Amino acid sequence: MTVPFSWIRPEPHGIYIAPADAWVDPSRPVSRALVTHGHADHARGGHEATLATPETLAIMELRYQTREGALPVSYGETMRLPGNVQATFIPAGHVLGSAQVLLEHAGERVVITGDYKRRHDPTCPPFEVTGCDVFITEATFGLPLFTHPPIQHEIGKLLDRLAAEPERCVLVGAYALGKAQRVIAELRAAGHNDTIWLHGAMERMCRLYEEHGVPLGDLRLVSDAPSKDALRGHVAICPPSALNDRWSRRLPDPVTAMASGWMMVRQRARQRGVELPLVISDHADWHELTTTIAEVNPSETWITHGREDALLRWCELHQRKAHALALVGYEDEDD
Amino acid sequence: MERFAALLDALVYTISRNRKLALIADYLRETPDPDRGWALAALTGGLDFPAVKSGTVRALMMERIDPVLWTLSRDFVGDTAETASLLWPAPAQAPAPPSVSEAVALLSAMTRKSVAAELAALLDRLDATGRFALLKLATGGMRIGVSSRLAKTAFAQAFAVDVEQVEEYWHGLAPPYPELFAWAAHGAPPPDIDNLPTFRPFMLAHPLEDGTVDLADYAAEWKWDGIRVQLVRAGEQTRIYSRSGDDISATFPELLDALPFPAVLDGELLVRGAHQGGKTGGAASFNALQQRLGRKTVSKAMLAEFPAFVRLYDALIVEGTDLRSLGWAKRRAALEALIPRLPGTRFDLSEVVEARDFDHLAEIRAGARDEAIEGLMLKRRDSPYIAGRKVGLWYKWKRDPLLVDCVLMYAQRGSGKRSSFYSDYTFGCWDGDPDNGAELLPVGKAYSGFTDEELKRLDRLVRQTTVNRFGPVREVERTLVFEVAFDSVHESKRHKSGLAMRFPRIHRIRWDKPVHEADRIEALRALIHQSDRPD
Ligand SMILES: [Zn+2]
Ligand SMILES: [Zn+2]
Repeated sequence: MTVPFSWIRPEPHGIYIAPADAWVDPSRPVSRALVTHGHADHARGGHEATLATPETLAIMELRYQTREGALPVSYGETMRLPGNVQATFIPAGHVLGSAQVLLEHAGERVVITGDYKRRHDPTCPPFEVTGCDVFITEATFGLPLFTHPPIQHEIGKLLDRLAAEPERCVLVGAYALGKAQRVIAELRAAGHNDTIWLHGAMERMCRLYEEHGVPLGDLRLVSDAPSKDALRGHVAICPPSALNDRWSRRLPDPVTAMASGWMMVRQRARQRGVELPLVISDHADWHELTTTIAEVNPSETWITHGREDALLRWCELHQRKAHALALVGYEDEDD
Repeated sequence: MERFAALLDALVYTISRNRKLALIADYLRETPDPDRGWALAALTGGLDFPAVKSGTVRALMMERIDPVLWTLSRDFVGDTAETASLLWPAPAQAPAPPSVSEAVALLSAMTRKSVAAELAALLDRLDATGRFALLKLATGGMRIGVSSRLAKTAFAQAFAVDVEQVEEYWHGLAPPYPELFAWAAHGAPPPDIDNLPTFRPFMLAHPLEDGTVDLADYAAEWKWDGIRVQLVRAGEQTRIYSRSGDDISATFPELLDALPFPAVLDGELLVRGAHQGGKTGGAASFNALQQRLGRKTVSKAMLAEFPAFVRLYDALIVEGTDLRSLGWAKRRAALEALIPRLPGTRFDLSEVVEARDFDHLAEIRAGARDEAIEGLMLKRRDSPYIAGRKVGLWYKWKRDPLLVDCVLMYAQRGSGKRSSFYSDYTFGCWDGDPDNGAELLPVGKAYSGFTDEELKRLDRLVRQTTVNRFGPVREVERTLVFEVAFDSVHESKRHKSGLAMRFPRIHRIRWDKPVHEADRIEALRALIHQSDRPD
């Protein structure tokens, strides 16, 4: 009799599927990679073969300028890997193209969530609960204090501020992949149809989203603005790193906003000089993390990156078998 | 409470001082009494609820959440009040939130026995933002970037009254300051503070830049290197206030029974020693005084070793007569007349410096380099005592700064308006011959003394010549020389160079000067004797 789940094991550089000689989200180049989504810490370049959703592959192509070894797998489609392993990509609700990976081998089912959230997101299909034996979950916001408010509430805060100070503009720092497009899409859903001004680093990703059927309305580059005045009373979006950079000097007295789950904590917002914190996250909050574990109801929970200590403690308190994987190379994304 | 909570939240995230002032002023105008008075007390640190401490809040949480999860959360957030406000298990049906006054009344009534149940009931009535505000208000230490002075300035701005008048009444009043609001907001007569030992705002001086003054119109006094204080005796009590209006009476108990009659006096607080001249004995160095500062209680040994006294500059009020509207010469005469009535161990008079003319005065000032004197004060002989800095009445004429050429080594981003600029500069001097492999050692840091145009150019240079990054700090190529001005230089173990400058600022940017021509450490070290007081 073989040891349960011995065919899949966490290594420092990713999760290794031994019979298939394949890795999930490896942080260094390998011969066969399954990539959950396009964020840089999950989707590294240089693999010989990369299995991912078509959207994720398009995002990787944008970043690494190559499609070499790309093997598209649609949501719900099952791929046969060597060594009798089956892999199915299931929506994770994190960003465009994001997927959980369901692996099946020797009658055992393992789900790797990658990054995920349970909230509605107009830019990607929602997370699907998938039963399994081993549930490998992220824990980015794995502390009980994280309760992400409804996004409409935060978008409302943004629009209120815009109306209250029409002589300024609101500059939103948002991760260039996912967060930025979600904020734009939610602004549109809230009826905000004005031009939204973009930092140059946002442009291609926004175009890619539109090509994949996510309409974002009238977008223009800040660098193309005829004058500072054209930006007054408008929303501009830039990567978080540009918020306090000299790039922002070309804007008319911007209200510095940031769309991130970390904005829940005042000191975090203050450290970054944020005047208008918008608690908008593309990750599961504490409630989502814990209810998802309960719904999936696996026999074991493995916890990848984030604040794994607290989620581990929760599993212990709820008599669930769990352990933390010491993976390297994952970062706290700016969301 | 919701309005107050929203104000605190907005203040946390507002960087600009003017916007902070406007936020507080709007709140004070729009909020009814006595809520706004309690809020003002909270912002100025004037509330204390002995039964409610940080530990109380933690204990309350421990009953409601797993201790491990609490500790992990608290460590992540870094603030007990905020963590508790986020983790509090709110009831499904929250009762109506309290007003600020109701919250204050309930908090005041709490005892160590009742606090667990009563604070919990209060938290149940608030949302997360409200809970944060309540816990901050209850445990003190707002940490929201609002000083007591800023809150008072906002009050003055809200009701178009003079902030110095607010300061003057402030110390005689208690929260929620009904008399203050009655006066400022409703036009009632000002609060009566005559029999209270309250602080009167100081008259301050402008720097004398390049001009001269006519000594027929101005009198000169030494500017001593101690701390400026105000001694107030009224209603049988004596208080000592620092320049910012902080009550530092407890730090200098030996002075509290030294003033035998009601008065408000302005002077320099010093400790005895042989090194700063004066009629009745000298004062010790500033270092000696530093031993006494910031203490809440003072040992007998301290009192014996570093006894404090006040070198008097001015008399504002004497035995009920307000002298402030009189000219300086008349007040000076009144002050001199007081001296025989004061104990010589605790008081002396700051001498008027006599000079034939301005050039002669300049000579005296230049000769005073070694005398542990910060410089000269020039006071218009006919000027009344007016709170704040009024142009043309008082000047401070500091000793010429010392100058040294240093090389820019590191730059750091500024704060506020300057946060997109590298505006804080660390510079160094050579530890030997730069043409013979000497290295630069940091000797100081400055973030002033240049124009906006120069700042832009410096910022550009920093970005173009960066060789290393450490978080917000950039190390730059050694290409630029600053002529740095400073008041004095001292031995310091904190710097690798062994030296520390006092008040360094950029005097000139020497775009033209090659870095190997910058000064060496020895040159800076040689200036110690010129600037330091002999100990
Ligand atoms: Zn991600
Ligand atoms: Zn991630």
